[in-house]
Amino acid sequence: MIPESYDTIDCDVLVIGAGGAGLRAAVAAGEAGCDTVVVTKSLLGKAHTVMAEGGIGAALGNVDPRDNWGVHFADTMLGGQLLNSWRMVEIFAQEVIDRVYELERWGGLFDRTPDGRISQRAFGAHTFWRLAHVGDRTGLELIRTCQDRAVHAPNVTVHMEYTLTTLLKDGDRVVGAAGYRRNDGTFVVFRAKAVVLGSGGWGRMYKHTSNSWEGTGDGAALAYRAGAELLDMEFVQFHPTGMIWPPGARGILVTEAVRGEGGRLYNSLGERFMERYDPKKMELSSRDVVARSIYKEAQAGRGSPHGGAFLDVRHRGAEYIRKRLPSMVEQFHALASVDITTEPMEVGPTIHYTMGGVRVAPETGATTVPGLYAAGEVSGGLHGANRLGGNSLGDILVFGKRAGEAAATEVAGRAHVAVDERQVEAEQRALLAHLDPHEEGENPYLLHEALQEAMQDDAGIARTEESLTRSLHAIQELCERAPRMRVGGRRILNPGWHTCRDVVNMLVISEAIVRSALERRESRGSQWRLDFPDLSEEQGRVNYVTDDGGDGMRIRAVPREPIPPRLQRLIDEELALRAVTTIPVRPDQRIEGPAVAAVGREA
Amino acid sequence: MAIAERPAQRGTAPQPGAGSGSDGAPLEFHVFKGIPGEEQGEVTYRVPPVTGMVVLDAIHWIQKHVDTDLACRWNCKAAKCGSCSAEINGMPRLMCKTRIDDLPDGPITVRPMTAFPLIKDLVTDVSHAYEVNRRIPQFTPAADEPSPFVIQEMDLERIYEFRKCIECFLCQDVCHVLRSHDLQEQFYGPRFFVRVASLEMHPKDTVDRLEAVRTEGGLGYCNITKCCTEVCPEHIHITDNAIIPLKERVADRHWDPLRAVSRLLLGKR
Amino acid sequence: MTVRGAEVAGSGKGASAGDAGVTTGVLARLRRDAPWWLLPVTVVVVLGGFIVYSIWASTTGVGEARNAPYLSPLYSPGWLANHIPVFPGLLCILVPIAFRGTCYYYRKAYHRSFLWDPPGCAVPELRHGGYRGETAFPLSLNNLHRFALYGAVVYIPILAFDAANAFSLGGHLYLGLGTAIMVLNVVLLAGYTLSCHSLRHLVGGSVDCFSCVRFGRQRYGAWRGVTRLNVFHPTWAWVSLFSVWAVDAYVRMLNAGWFTDPHLLFR
Repeated sequence: MIPESYDTIDCDVLVIGAGGAGLRAAVAAGEAGCDTVVVTKSLLGKAHTVMAEGGIGAALGNVDPRDNWGVHFADTMLGGQLLNSWRMVEIFAQEVIDRVYELERWGGLFDRTPDGRISQRAFGAHTFWRLAHVGDRTGLELIRTCQDRAVHAPNVTVHMEYTLTTLLKDGDRVVGAAGYRRNDGTFVVFRAKAVVLGSGGWGRMYKHTSNSWEGTGDGAALAYRAGAELLDMEFVQFHPTGMIWPPGARGILVTEAVRGEGGRLYNSLGERFMERYDPKKMELSSRDVVARSIYKEAQAGRGSPHGGAFLDVRHRGAEYIRKRLPSMVEQFHALASVDITTEPMEVGPTIHYTMGGVRVAPETGATTVPGLYAAGEVSGGLHGANRLGGNSLGDILVFGKRAGEAAATEVAGRAHVAVDERQVEAEQRALLAHLDPHEEGENPYLLHEALQEAMQDDAGIARTEESLTRSLHAIQELCERAPRMRVGGRRILNPGWHTCRDVVNMLVISEAIVRSALERRESRGSQWRLDFPDLSEEQGRVNYVTDDGGDGMRIRAVPREPIPPRLQRLIDEELALRAVTTIPVRPDQRIEGPAVAAVGREA
Repeated sequence: MAIAERPAQRGTAPQPGAGSGSDGAPLEFHVFKGIPGEEQGEVTYRVPPVTGMVVLDAIHWIQKHVDTDLACRWNCKAAKCGSCSAEINGMPRLMCKTRIDDLPDGPITVRPMTAFPLIKDLVTDVSHAYEVNRRIPQFTPAADEPSPFVIQEMDLERIYEFRKCIECFLCQDVCHVLRSHDLQEQFYGPRFFVRVASLEMHPKDTVDRLEAVRTEGGLGYCNITKCCTEVCPEHIHITDNAIIPLKERVADRHWDPLRAVSRLLLGKR
Repeated sequence: MTVRGAEVAGSGKGASAGDAGVTTGVLARLRRDAPWWLLPVTVVVVLGGFIVYSIWASTTGVGEARNAPYLSPLYSPGWLANHIPVFPGLLCILVPIAFRGTCYYYRKAYHRSFLWDPPGCAVPELRHGGYRGETAFPLSLNNLHRFALYGAVVYIPILAFDAANAFSLGGHLYLGLGTAIMVLNVVLLAGYTLSCHSLRHLVGGSVDCFSCVRFGRQRYGAWRGVTRLNVFHPTWAWVSLFSVWAVDAYVRMLNAGWFTDPHLLFR
């Protein structure tokens, strides 16, 4: 019987996702006095944020006093190949410092300097030692701290293991969301005066990914269907170092902190091959460069036995490794029977992060749809064409807070809108169509696997017009098969049934990735086109925006806003500095040359 | 007790890891299936082995090829989120971290955690844990404590270990106070003694949780049998470093007449 | 599942608790990965054996436990043993018994092996209901462990004195196999005592901020030191138990004339 009865839960601010961004937004909205509800697909504290290992990039200047937000700004812009929203980067570099100290005040722990301040480590393409960290489990520390803050915050309620499958609209405005409880399959509707997406990224449409099962792009798909614009969807980050052996462990992340702590990459000939690709930054070059370098070595027949490279940190000594990289020691010991204090690790690129996402206003996280906000990985703009390691944890704190506050401001004086039963009914019908024990149909898991094949090989690290077109055709074919997905069983905690919707969402996002990648006829950041191997000045001036054109997906080139001179100067100074030194600069290393005067000045 | 035997539908799809792992005789899994109030029991599945395979790989293979509605909780599959807790051959473990080649030959049993109410198959209702966490007052520095903090690493050394906890709740599951004696109402459980210890030992925290952990937390129910420490996938020394120090702190207050006298005389806490 | 923001959570197990459970009989839940019963059986045999032995040994009187220059630790201090009419040995070792009986390691050992609470990890218990743990008498007395520690610490110099005595016979330097065993016993007992969890708490564990208190660095150092020993507390507990038994048994064997003490006497 459709529409089936459902529970309706009212709140001021609905936060979708309970990772760092969602929780930070919820705390902000709750502390602003709004009745705030957080909804998560998983249990609280399990979000993908726990996987972030290296640290939070913030120009605290504790280890190297020459660091300041201006240098962080320039590093981030250069890492993103200038496609970033400069205003977002400016806000980010300035505010992440306070967010780190706020986290400490909430009970978060960090490794300390000898004088008792927050310690910082070197990381890829950051000029100075900048990453506040705790061992190699900084993300866990962040989410545990935010989680504790949220469950003790006034006005915040957390609903665990609910899947929201659609945003409800009243005219143009988002007024809530509908979905189901995973544990019993009952339907539920949230009425909200503002909705914040903090639902993270998408990596599960690729075969080898460090993403957890949650990374299916639900938030972006929901926003897209609600009419929001997506930005920079072609940019999907390969983390250079994922595990590649044994097969079951393939894709699991090997933190960049290994390289930050001095780890070196070797090919099968024992060559430190980064000398060929980036002799200045070596292993700590930006992620796109290192990932491509490993890929090229393997393609040239100089790869490790399972098609990657060797990552070696043995020279740091067993005790140091155990203190600084304990979870890597444990991970390799448990999953690969490798003792990283005495053996090299075998690593290769793995899908890790999505730079693109819902297009938002820099100051507020407001999307192009009224009433809908987005923060963290689900949003786009901060990282441009390539994210620097250590910038995602800062992203979720800075923009989570801003989105939560902006949503809280917006709800003042607003009333709830009656639920449009037709929208709920249509959604229920769509969901229940997949659940039919009698009808034979497509297996959602196998469809998912087919999508992964299509994306991994043809829309992966190396792309061509031909491969992308092939991938697009495969996606379109899968889109036709998707409505025929059928699973048996009941609605009580039925993972097959849940997967049906995940696949639908992943297909939308995959199409956006491939279509955007086809438009960007150049190699920039994570987008590597074998048929267009160089940067294109013309394409560097635009971002590609994806939205629903009514009769299908539409990709538009939107000129990026020019960088104002005061910020351009910071970038120029950084380039001058990079001309005379290698980065990361060691804290005890003097910088010679004309750039010294410029960098280090408070920007 | 098997309610059914379902041979894997080999040939319906590529075998996992075909060409990339070792072949061999199928592995036999006895996986618990069921919903409260309905028929429950172990179902036998045969799963092709793959090099380096963990138990969660086998569960995924079953979901994909045999039973799309076999429920299990998992997120990261890298032993970092603590979602895939289950009892493998009777021992509480993370499915993503339990290598098949570390288990003895023979059928492998996979069952849900015992100390939590069943929802379906391998998934249990762990809300008790979240409710306990809500009852523990959060970190509270002095209002006039200047920020940023200056803290020596020496003063955080003990707490770093506690913060490694991934909240898999295996310690809660194995603890006989919860598992066999059902004292959920009176007992926080090991994970939350770790939590309290991490707060109590924080050099900047000002809240006193000792009385609460003694009374409503039921610290005294723990009889130091250390199973929590044995199952912890993060190798946190739960008993030695969290529970026993808490017990000693409680003893300072309630079991130490010498200290009581000195408190009276010196007027100190 | 929902965690409500402001309200105080009430229920323990969820609604589906009572009718569910995962039990399909005890057998289905038994651990199949390891012979979990091996540990409790070993402990029962060894620890039980020691208890029976020491009760017997303590009834024989100090005469059996002394063979100049050696003295069994069960009858130390010797002057005290001389003045106790009944069970002289047992009364002498009351403090060590209290120390071991309330020891955080032995608590694990006897709770698992003798009381079966639980017999092994994830192994079902026979008893249901009425579990009070250490919240009720007499197990609550375990909280007094530190006082037993104070007493046990006193025994270290006393036994060291006995061991020192074992170096002299009739005013001459004496080096016998028994001397070596007695010295070893003192070392192992000192290791066991100094690795105590209560000591670890007293020297530094009670401090939240070492860098904020007087002598903080020294207390931190002491805490680190005890922590290093403490990691091996179970090992210390067992080897020192064996060494006590070894000294006592050695003296008795000499008295029984099974063999003579291999020794050097420097006249």
